[in-house]
Amino acid sequence: MRYSGFQVIKQALTGHKGWTPAWRDPEPQSHYDIIIIGGGGHGLATAYYLAKEYGQKRIAVLEKGWIGGGNVGRNTTIIRSNYLLDGNEPFYEFSLKLWEGLEQDFNYNAMISQRGILNLIHSDAQRDAFIRRGNAMLLGGADAEMLTTAQIKARYPYLNTKDARFPIKGGLAQHRGGTVRHDAVVWGYARGADSRGVDIIQNCEVTGFRQESGRVVGVETSRGYIGAGKIGCAVAGSSSRLMSKVDMRLPMESHVLQAFVSEGLKPVMPGVVTFGAGHFYCSQSDKGGLVFGGDLDGYNSYAQRGNLPVVEDVCEGGMAIFPAFARARLLRMWGGVMDMSMDGSPIIDRTPIGGLYFNGGWCYGGFKATPASGFCFAHLLARDEPHPTATAYRFDRFETGHMIDEKGMGNQPNLH
Amino acid sequence: MIIDHPLLGPRDSAEFTYMGDAKLIDRPDPDAATAARDFYDYAYLRDNPAGWHDELWFHEQGDRSWLVVTRNTITHEIRQVRLARDVARARGRST
Ligand SMILES: Cc1cc2nc3c(=O)[nH]c(=O)nc-3n(C[C@H](O)[C@H](O)[C@H](O)COP(=O)(O)OP(=O)(O)OC[C@H]3O[C@@H](n4cnc5c(N)ncnc54)[C@H](O)[C@@H]3O)c2cc1C
Repeated sequence: MRYSGFQVIKQALTGHKGWTPAWRDPEPQSHYDIIIIGGGGHGLATAYYLAKEYGQKRIAVLEKGWIGGGNVGRNTTIIRSNYLLDGNEPFYEFSLKLWEGLEQDFNYNAMISQRGILNLIHSDAQRDAFIRRGNAMLLGGADAEMLTTAQIKARYPYLNTKDARFPIKGGLAQHRGGTVRHDAVVWGYARGADSRGVDIIQNCEVTGFRQESGRVVGVETSRGYIGAGKIGCAVAGSSSRLMSKVDMRLPMESHVLQAFVSEGLKPVMPGVVTFGAGHFYCSQSDKGGLVFGGDLDGYNSYAQRGNLPVVEDVCEGGMAIFPAFARARLLRMWGGVMDMSMDGSPIIDRTPIGGLYFNGGWCYGGFKATPASGFCFAHLLARDEPHPTATAYRFDRFETGHMIDEKGMGNQPNLH
Repeated sequence: MIIDHPLLGPRDSAEFTYMGDAKLIDRPDPDAATAARDFYDYAYLRDNPAGWHDELWFHEQGDRSWLVVTRNTITHEIRQVRLARDVARARGRST
């Protein structure tokens, strides 16, 4: 069923009895041309673009729990393309352009809101760095604007620009950045893929791979063996666990990242703001809650929950920049397991095993990448060559010295 | 998390800096024929297990000793804490 204003009125007049489930719940078939492991944003987007853009048939997405139960349903929903390095900026700008057309493309309201993102500047060195980044963004075809404190004050009058511990000296704005309703992204891609024949199979955990003469031929799952021509892995924080089944060690550690929501407030944050002197960022959801986050807990973790020291640290960062929010009460907090790579950038590549492809290492920035990641992974799976915007995301870049290290932190995953 | 420091007793993990997999103690031989590959493996690839993990914690806000903490990455339970020096010596590292 195509969703439209007409449908809403028609259903309203007929007692809402005509709505149908947004996707089927099929039994797994014995063999597919392409299996995608992981029903997060990236896995579902991959299946959608494989069917829609690359004309592939007989595709399944296997998800161990329910779709959207992983990081895609746990993130703070910020989208942007404000990267510095050549390997990254064209890819993230491609993603932002896909976001801009996504709702029409998959006929689903994902509440994409280009309310703008503002990175605050607190020192002269930071201003130089942000001017450079802004120029790199413009060269990559994105938008970027340096704002003065007066311009910032006009939008955020309650920011302390006078005598704060870390005075605000300006900001780098990307007006096309913003937020998206993350669950709707999952549902929109799932519905779009399903309507093009993709089988979305939930409660189906992949427990191993079957190989014949150096090539994968299928997967063992909690719902039995399923054969496949090609297999794409997109399991985010579980990447090392899954790839250990084929004895691959990844340039990655899994770390927990927490997010927080306050009680609902009247509109106070028009866009997304990031603190430049500590790790804190914040936006306001359409329901009114302040959505914010900060640093990783910092040690390897597969627990989807964090510990208290980081809660304290994040709230301190928030108070340093937004003392006006001091009396807002924290409503909920949770954690997700991040696939932190050694240079802070992702991998979309073949593996040494025939027919087996990998997508991961998204760190805590993979939500904004969802459309481009799906598109580029679909391209790789269908054509066996990287998409032009994703040529740098190779496994071997660590061995050949072509790291894409935006922050220059080195091989320390918890610092990216 | 509380880390039971072998010299100082129970300490808040917030006093420590996490330094990753304790396999980093086993630095490869730079003179080996396979050194380039070995150092790539050492510097960039990780087991990253779900479950028990030997890892390095540096007591940055304390006595600045390095510890090998055996911790469960699913439950955050800590089973064993040793001085990294003792672990390294037991593995034949002299420097
Ligand atoms: C607190 C938090 C805040 C974040 N904020 C942002 C942000 O503001 N902006 C941004 O761009 N990014 C953000 N991110 C990062 C972003 O959410 C992730 O990088 C991205 O969602 C990862 O891709 P995914 O959606 O495919 O992952 P997931 O949703 O985690 O999907 C992976 C799926 O694989 C499944 N799976 C795992 N193992 C198996 C198996 N063996 N068999 C079958 N299925 C399996 C899992 O159940 C899961 O559903 C944030 C993340 C967190 C946790």
